[in-house]
Amino acid sequence: MKEEQGDKHTKRYGMVIDLDKCTGCGACMVACYAENNVPFKKNETDKLDSLNWIRIFQLTNGRSYPDTEICYLPMPCQHCDGIGKHGHPPCVSVCPAIATDYDYSTGVVSQIPTRCFGCRYCMAACPYHARKFNWWDPVWPADTEKYLNPNVSARMRGVVEKCTFCFHRYQQARDKAYLEGRDEIYESEYQPACAQACPTNAITFGDLNNPDHAVYKLKNSPRAFRLLERLHTNPKVYYLSSKSWVRRAGDNYLENESRPESNRQKIHHK
Amino acid sequence: METTPLIPQGVKRCSKLQFSLWMAVAVAVLLWGVYAMYLVWFKGLNQTNMNDAYGFALWIWADLAVIALGGGAFFTGFLTYIIGKDKLKNIINYAVIIGFICYSSALLILAIDIGQPLRGWFIFWHANEHSMLTEVAFCLSCYFGVLTIEFLPTIFENPKLDKIPFLHHLSHNMHSIMAVFAATGVFLSFFHQGSLGGVAGVLFGRPFSYREGINVWPWTFFLFTWSAAACGPCFTILITWITEKLTRKKLVKDDVIQLLAKISGWMLATYIIAKIADTLYWAMVTAPSMGFNLMDFYTNNPVYGIWILILEIVICGIVPAAILITRKGRESKFLLMLAVVLAVVGVCVNRWVMVLQTLAVPVVPFEEWFMYAPSWQEVATTILPVAYGVIVISLAHRYLPVFPQERELNPSN
Repeated sequence: MKEEQGDKHTKRYGMVIDLDKCTGCGACMVACYAENNVPFKKNETDKLDSLNWIRIFQLTNGRSYPDTEICYLPMPCQHCDGIGKHGHPPCVSVCPAIATDYDYSTGVVSQIPTRCFGCRYCMAACPYHARKFNWWDPVWPADTEKYLNPNVSARMRGVVEKCTFCFHRYQQARDKAYLEGRDEIYESEYQPACAQACPTNAITFGDLNNPDHAVYKLKNSPRAFRLLERLHTNPKVYYLSSKSWVRRAGDNYLENESRPESNRQKIHHK
Repeated sequence: METTPLIPQGVKRCSKLQFSLWMAVAVAVLLWGVYAMYLVWFKGLNQTNMNDAYGFALWIWADLAVIALGGGAFFTGFLTYIIGKDKLKNIINYAVIIGFICYSSALLILAIDIGQPLRGWFIFWHANEHSMLTEVAFCLSCYFGVLTIEFLPTIFENPKLDKIPFLHHLSHNMHSIMAVFAATGVFLSFFHQGSLGGVAGVLFGRPFSYREGINVWPWTFFLFTWSAAACGPCFTILITWITEKLTRKKLVKDDVIQLLAKISGWMLATYIIAKIADTLYWAMVTAPSMGFNLMDFYTNNPVYGIWILILEIVICGIVPAAILITRKGRESKFLLMLAVVLAVVGVCVNRWVMVLQTLAVPVVPFEEWFMYAPSWQEVATTILPVAYGVIVISLAHRYLPVFPQERELNPSN
């Protein structure tokens, strides 16, 4: 696989989301819906059966005015590397039909809707609720079918879907590089729709293994943290926040247990 | 009362009218479930109250519960044919029929529960050998085949079928090699009961159900097999008692029931010790390492209080075990039945929390508890197997020689 692509080293695509910059505008969600042909309901009030591949949470520090602070946290699939050496995310090994897989050449956790038979075990396994089930067949309002993205298959009722880091864009970038006789793709050639749509550049995307990519440095920031690191899910989505209460909100701690900043550094690199 | 050539000789059965009325009620409930099943299959899982937080719900609980309760078949078979407890031959037929009903129900519920039922075969064709669910599917299907083979000789002993020489000899020969099938059943059951425990136990993203263990098998793998072997026979005893009450006659001698109850009691006692050890290690080591206190799993929600842990381990674990391992407890009809009911409730509560509470507990710190109530379609399709079980048992009791001691215990027939 690696030789086919001509890669010099294994890629590990990931995302760094700067929560200090996120305004909670939702542009990333809209871009994701449009790019990935994500169907929507007439009434999206109940988010527990919405097919949003990226969700935005509003966090507060729980204090009353004037000490109230708010933070918006976009949450796509975390594309976990899992326990130990990468390749064992919570959702992949549980799938009985190999409808979800870990791509060792990119680190992307894929989903194959045509293979999925809808047992939903992966949903039970994912602590982030990143996986979404098609409770209904997709219904596209009049004429909007014409605007569906031809590069992404629409899904049918009864299967699970999730964020793919816009993997079809990686495939297109790779094809382009091949035609131009290049082994590597440029950082700018493969960017997911959410990262491109963010008006404040809060979302940075790239190869976490590549020192030339912005995410490589950002993930080492003292502001960086990941969600639920203590479960050893080993996500490839990093968050940045200058507020300690936000960083602490990213994981569970026992009462009077402090967040082990120094230990975190040990955990979060490959 | 009447007898027909279809009914075994020397036994008393109710009139056709009475039987038809009884069956009509069961069939009406069954049809209600079939209608709900039709809605789910043709309109999709939007007919349920499941959602993206509750991908597993009532049906998966029902699957786990009926498979645990159906464990009476493999464990009684193990005791009868492998250990050589001959006395249990007087109840093994019924244990097998109950197991057959439980396992066929589990397969039906699984077929309803998947989002793309026509792709159900993918689990065999595209099998992921790392998934506990794959192992469940293979072992469960194979064991259902074994149960069918174990059930067939009893069907062939129907007076009319028994007159056919081929079936008569086939039945006789199958009986003589039943130990082979029983051993196969024990082997398969150990793995699928265990794998069902593994389904929840391997979820390292879910601190409520995640357990450490040996190699790839979490402790829940062994606890599920153990509890099924302990509580499955209790369910067999309970259904036998209900059948005796409904037919108003004794079908199995007390010494048979008490032997099964005694073995079940010791299995339950040892299981509950292991379960307590597992719970203590999880509460004091595993969960804290993930940032959770025990009480984080039992507070700040409208349903799951610490009462459910006490109910499962103390009231439905220690109490029935204590009753069943004492002679006085077993000899008192009231205490015996109380114990088997508690054991059955206990294993169902265990399966409930390992499925439902696992998903209810918020893992991401800024999420809330997720609550769920099933839709009528989910309830109806879960009751469907009960009606189906009533029908199968009614037919089996009426037309098949299920209880070898029935004639002896009811000589006036």
